[in-house]
Amino acid sequence: MQLYDIIFYLFALITLASALIVVSSKNIVYSAFSLLFTFFGVAGIYVLLNADFIAVVQLIVYVGGILILIIFGVMLTSKITDVQIKSESIQILPATIAVGIFAGILTASLLKTDWRVAFPASHDQTIFTIGRQLITGYVLPFELAGIVLLIALIGSVMIARKERS
Amino acid sequence: MLQVGLYHFLVLSGLLFSLGIFAVLTRKNAILVLMGIELILNSANINFIAFAKYGNFGFSGQMVALFVIILAAAEAAVALAIVLNIYKNFNTVHVDEIDGLKD
Repeated sequence: MQLYDIIFYLFALITLASALIVVSSKNIVYSAFSLLFTFFGVAGIYVLLNADFIAVVQLIVYVGGILILIIFGVMLTSKITDVQIKSESIQILPATIAVGIFAGILTASLLKTDWRVAFPASHDQTIFTIGRQLITGYVLPFELAGIVLLIALIGSVMIARKERS
Repeated sequence: MLQVGLYHFLVLSGLLFSLGIFAVLTRKNAILVLMGIELILNSANINFIAFAKYGNFGFSGQMVALFVIILAAAEAAVALAIVLNIYKNFNTVHVDEIDGLKD
């Protein structure tokens, strides 16, 4: 057991345990906060995969942006003053069976497949390479992503604002 | 088997994907369904980055993961706006009670 392996198992445990709480907790606020730990664990996994920039982006965008947005959504749509903050689940038994079968098949096929593992490439300068790629090979997706973000911004404000009578 | 390699990351992302599917299938609250979708996107990102390291594809995996994160941010904003609007109109966010199209 190298240190790398121990850290991997630690982060995998954090990720899966908190994801389990997200999908099974009765209280929606607990779900939202354990989603925080899931995102942290996934960011750790990214670091282990030599993707340090993506890990930082994950922390900033997911934890700082999306999660805050989700918690705002929870606060705005649940009646905090009532006790109606619970969220019940439906069709647990059939969903458990179906997802169990699905996860079994997925894991088995992932393990059975003989992936051609290349020599693990070492990306020393991920930020440098990402910056280079964004203005050379990926310049069109980069600009399109900017347009998509702008449209999403305007569109969500348009959808969520109060109707003017 | 104890040496962590590509398979470990793939199995981790597969399990995370299944948990996300479970959340989407069973949750009544629309925001929790959204959280399940975020789990699914994260698991896909783990796959992309794992193959960027272990596959022989150069750097493309990390670039795709970056764009997935961007689109996830846009998706979360629009989805929460829709959820807020639904809450304003129906006074509930339970996806099984919003069945106005059936009538």
